[in-house]
Amino acid sequence: MATFDYSDDSVVVVIGSGAGGGTLGNELAQKGIKVVCLEAGKRQSSALFINDEWKSFSQLAWLDRRTTSGTWRIAKDFAGLPAWICKTVGGTTTHWAGASLRLQEHEFRARTVYGEVAGANLLDWPLTLAELEPWYAKAEDKMGVTRTNGIPGLPGNNNFKVLYSGATRLGYKEVHTGRMAINSQPRDGRGRCMQLGFCFQGCKSGAKWSTLYTEIPKAEATGNFELRTGAHVTRIEHNDAGKVSGVVYVDQDGKEQRQKARIVCVAGNSIETPRLLLLSESSKFRDGLANSSGQVGRNYMRHMTGSVYAAFRQPVHMYRGTTMAGIVRDEAGHNPQRGFAGGYELETLSLGIPFMAAFLNPGGWGEDFAWWMDHYTHLAGMWLVGEDMPRATNCVTLNREVKDQWGNPVPNVHFDDHPNDVAMRNHAFTQGERIYQAAGAIRTFRTPPYPSTHNLGTCRMSSREGDGVVNKWGQTHDIGNLFISDGSQFTSGGAENPTLTIVTLAIRQADYIARQMSEHAI
Amino acid sequence: MRIIPLVAKTGSPEGCDDDSGVVRKLDLPLTRREFLSGSGLLFGSLAAGSLLASLAPSAAWAVELKTLDEAQGATLMALGRVLYPHQKLPDAVYALLAKDLDAKAGASGDTAKLLADGLAWLDHTAGGSFRTASRKRRLEAVKSMEGTAFFNAVRGQCVTSLYDNDMAFAVFGYPGSAWEHGGYITRGFQDLKWLAAPPAEASPPPFF
Repeated sequence: MATFDYSDDSVVVVIGSGAGGGTLGNELAQKGIKVVCLEAGKRQSSALFINDEWKSFSQLAWLDRRTTSGTWRIAKDFAGLPAWICKTVGGTTTHWAGASLRLQEHEFRARTVYGEVAGANLLDWPLTLAELEPWYAKAEDKMGVTRTNGIPGLPGNNNFKVLYSGATRLGYKEVHTGRMAINSQPRDGRGRCMQLGFCFQGCKSGAKWSTLYTEIPKAEATGNFELRTGAHVTRIEHNDAGKVSGVVYVDQDGKEQRQKARIVCVAGNSIETPRLLLLSESSKFRDGLANSSGQVGRNYMRHMTGSVYAAFRQPVHMYRGTTMAGIVRDEAGHNPQRGFAGGYELETLSLGIPFMAAFLNPGGWGEDFAWWMDHYTHLAGMWLVGEDMPRATNCVTLNREVKDQWGNPVPNVHFDDHPNDVAMRNHAFTQGERIYQAAGAIRTFRTPPYPSTHNLGTCRMSSREGDGVVNKWGQTHDIGNLFISDGSQFTSGGAENPTLTIVTLAIRQADYIARQMSEHAI
Repeated sequence: MRIIPLVAKTGSPEGCDDDSGVVRKLDLPLTRREFLSGSGLLFGSLAAGSLLASLAPSAAWAVELKTLDEAQGATLMALGRVLYPHQKLPDAVYALLAKDLDAKAGASGDTAKLLADGLAWLDHTAGGSFRTASRKRRLEAVKSMEGTAFFNAVRGQCVTSLYDNDMAFAVFGYPGSAWEHGGYITRGFQDLKWLAAPPAEASPPPFF
């Protein structure tokens, strides 16, 4: 592995090593560009992952202080935990379930297709699906997505059997084991899925794609890539010309360090990324870096989510095998006759006993709660995920009343459900329950949203400078050598799990950065 | 159902394993109880012939309290049973709730007071003794406290104390970690027989 000097101002600094940062860092390193990747978390491995829900949570989750506000139920049930994302090498690709779906054509034109939606801040992407398709293909090949590139689908588990049976009886047509970045057969030096049942806790067989054991070791092998772990960036610095010049971070020993840079790419997920831009305020940039639009931190999206669990007379054992074992796609389109804009996916999901107790009905107790836990082996479960409306008032801001371990203001995450989100969730709950009733459920239960794993939109792409933070390449409108490389770039959320699109944008961004560097444009 | 009596054994007293929740072999001679430095002791035994008794090294269990007294510990156990009433969960699991809250009381005077006051109020509301009050009266007492700091502290602790231990896993039929057994690829991940199997295009066969 390469090591670069703190004063080397020719390097590209990538902040974060997850789907965005890990992919971007590798793509740049493969092109011969020197990369210093700063990761706040520690390095784990498949061998070190713990298949125990709470212990794994302590090992992988981002648990630094955060605060919440707004009318979303998370602010009451999980006031200090707005998001379930990771602080570890590989970021949230250690925890993600592997669903890898392309956004749909109309979702890039949400403002045009959905029209004016009161209380929403919708905008079209400065990109089309056609423009992204070649990059999607590269991402699917890199990640080994099933049902692409001749890779067979995964075998469905018991939880999928229940979903399939109910959904097809209900008349749904597109029901299968999904497009998953989980090896159904050996590929890219990794084995096939062993159906361990702990996708969320880090894949111990390495069958699920994670930058931890794909992009990062490949980048390190180039000799152009240095990963520094336990490196928590607190500030991005700029020069008199208004270009970024380096970053300040607290290293693994708690010492402050300063790394010079030619280019800085921020991929800290949609809460930490805008927070870092805001924390980097200066006399020149009083509202934070790249924030002349005032959009940094705004339009925070978390997808419309929810879960449905159902109890059956006979056993299911949903915990056996892949967590997200199958999907119903029939509700993913835009069909305003349902009473809302946008669409949603229904995907199987399973939790173990510890997290079922925590998430089934947060705050719940009594005979009814106990009944559901008593029927654990006879439950099937699904997760609902759909497009939520961006709102200017749903935002990540600095909470100056509360400080983190380094004395910096913590991020506050404010969220109010848009009426469209509520209407879509109610529709999805109803359809999810009907699926299970069609499969013979004796009872169904509507589980409210968990802390968010899909965090999007807080530094969104826009064609006009005043509407967003970055252009179609993720380059900030205000500062040519400052890039956003994670889901913060999303102009709108789409219905699909976002990782594939994050990886796609990172591959494309790496080409753009390399081109701009060779042309000495940056 | 026969109950195995608590019998004297040699060695030092130990409670449930902190990490796994497994009830260790307990060496708890009642005659030597005066050597215990704690403020209270909760003890009992697992039903003979039960699934748990076959898993645990010993049917006897005990939890030593450091800050709370025995009556407070026993009341917390009774409160746990009202909040999360599982007939199949043994008292040993509810004793973990008392043990974990006792540890928190030991670490914080504020928590100790919160618990002591809350438990006293529960007894008062239930007409003197929460533990011996009728089922209906216990439920009413708990409902009257819903939303209080005491209620939230105990209910929140239940989520991990009652459901994150090996005894609960066994009772609810959750096997936990599976990678050390090779996962479920050959162990029943698609063994559900009461519904028709999906076609191969929806669910291709596993790769071997």
